Amino acid sequence: MTTPTTIATATSTTESPLLRAEAVHKYFGDHHVLRGIDLDVARGEVLCLLGPSGSGKSTFLRCINHLETIHSGRIWLGDETIGYRQQGARLVERPEREIVRQRRAMGMVFQRFNLFPHRTALQNVIEGPVQVRRENPKSARERGVSLLERVGLGDKLDAYPRQLSGGQQQRVAIARALAMEPRLMLFDEPTSALDPELVGEVLTVMKDLADSGLTMIVVTHEIGFAREVADRVAFMDGGRILEIGSPAEVLDSPQHERTKTFLSRVL
Amino acid sequence: MPGTSPTRTASSTDPPLVAEELLTESRKHPGRLAGAIAVLLVAAFLIDSFAGAQIDWGVVRHYLGAGFLIQGLGMTLLLTLVAMVLGVVLGVLIAVMRLSKNPVTSGVAWFYVWVFRGTPVYLQLLLWFNLALVFPMVSIPGIYSARTVDVMTPFVAAALGLGINQGAYTSEVVRAGLLSVDEGQVEAAYAIGMGRLRTLYRVVLPQAMRVIVPPIGNETIGMLKTTSLASAVGVTEILLQAQHAYYVNNRIMELLIVCAVWYLAAVSVLSVVQFYVERHFAKGSSRPLPPTPLQRLRAAAGRKPVLR
Repeated sequence: MTTPTTIATATSTTESPLLRAEAVHKYFGDHHVLRGIDLDVARGEVLCLLGPSGSGKSTFLRCINHLETIHSGRIWLGDETIGYRQQGARLVERPEREIVRQRRAMGMVFQRFNLFPHRTALQNVIEGPVQVRRENPKSARERGVSLLERVGLGDKLDAYPRQLSGGQQQRVAIARALAMEPRLMLFDEPTSALDPELVGEVLTVMKDLADSGLTMIVVTHEIGFAREVADRVAFMDGGRILEIGSPAEVLDSPQHERTKTFLSRVL
Repeated sequence: MPGTSPTRTASSTDPPLVAEELLTESRKHPGRLAGAIAVLLVAAFLIDSFAGAQIDWGVVRHYLGAGFLIQGLGMTLLLTLVAMVLGVVLGVLIAVMRLSKNPVTSGVAWFYVWVFRGTPVYLQLLLWFNLALVFPMVSIPGIYSARTVDVMTPFVAAALGLGINQGAYTSEVVRAGLLSVDEGQVEAAYAIGMGRLRTLYRVVLPQAMRVIVPPIGNETIGMLKTTSLASAVGVTEILLQAQHAYYVNNRIMELLIVCAVWYLAAVSVLSVVQFYVERHFAKGSSRPLPPTPLQRLRAAAGRKPVLR
């Protein structure tokens, strides 16, 4: 089995990006929201997507796990194209069963938390493992408890979402996404709906995840977080990625005029 | 009143009190007293006329325990249950079809609601009961075949008629419930890898239940009473049993009153069930749950030691 060829293939797969977007276009009616997105995200990388509202960054994030359809282009996760299968020159949308399987590899955290209000914190976390992955409820519970402890909510297992603060709810939502053991985490403005004093606790958890080597794409307005945690920062405007590079490059010496104006407004 | 006036006059001449000693008094409601007296007078008049009416209360008491009426009540309850289960199952199905993006599916659902909500339920019962006139045989090709008159017994006709009619109403209630659930909930379910069906019954329906259950409770209570129409197609529910009896003994009012008592009793039990079902589906809601009667008792019992 372990012939040199396999080793060579193994090395080449580790080098290839975990996520690759190629010329992704999307329309909402006549509105051309994504105008050709090309992007590679390596394993273990943390990428922050910045940009003014309406620049298409959230839409792009939602295309990655096929919550939104795309018009053309391809999004690869590993060696599979997300949402569509190539048949000759056509990209045919995959059957639901396959889309559902592909989504399991990606966790998503929403701006408005979207916890299930009729389930407790722990029930929210184990819902995916038990219902989707058919995990044994007892071991799922144990894992759920340790995940909630990891986000600092070991004492809130049986609280309903409405009994929790926004920051606590968002941390439960992060634990819920982690429970599926995703290869990639997508964060859609995770702190935008929070009171200023609650932003820190969520960012701390996210930083901890980044340090643990999780691959993360984070749509955010938190420039400080991007500077400290991101490996790379991409700036989007008008449905395009205008520049991408290390936080120092993009945040401290932006090349593009739009980036400079945007940063001068938010900093 | 005059008894308190000396203090009033005395205090009015005194220098103004300090703010802490100024106590508030709630407004008087003389209208409430007048209203209560008027209502009690009317009630007394009604009780007096019923006491003098030619109702043999002994007969009423006798028939309250009558086996044939209790049997009829059992049939009423069974028919209510079967019709409501059919109605809710159809209601959920039709509501989901109505919200489908497929125009054929949603069109069929719309047509169903249009037909069965648009015609009287009494008429529908008669149509089902007389189905044999137009379809002499019912069959599932190759598996089953029978004469319609044998299949369409009074009970089957009534259950189908009431259930299908109920489905049309329930589908609108369920549709409103499904629409009340935030779109973000569906996305969150998709994001943890749930398919559409699982999302529907694990995430959307449980939350829609909070909106759906109260009207369904009402409709169950309505159905319990509407089953009396099934007497028209010969289902021996409580009202038909009473009618059979009073055709013979002419105790018309007495038997009807007994039926009314039984209907009230059954509705009261259903109301209690409704209270607990609503509580169950209110889990996680923002408003605190009202205490159950049992919890109120416990709280009252628990408060005593504190007072001691």
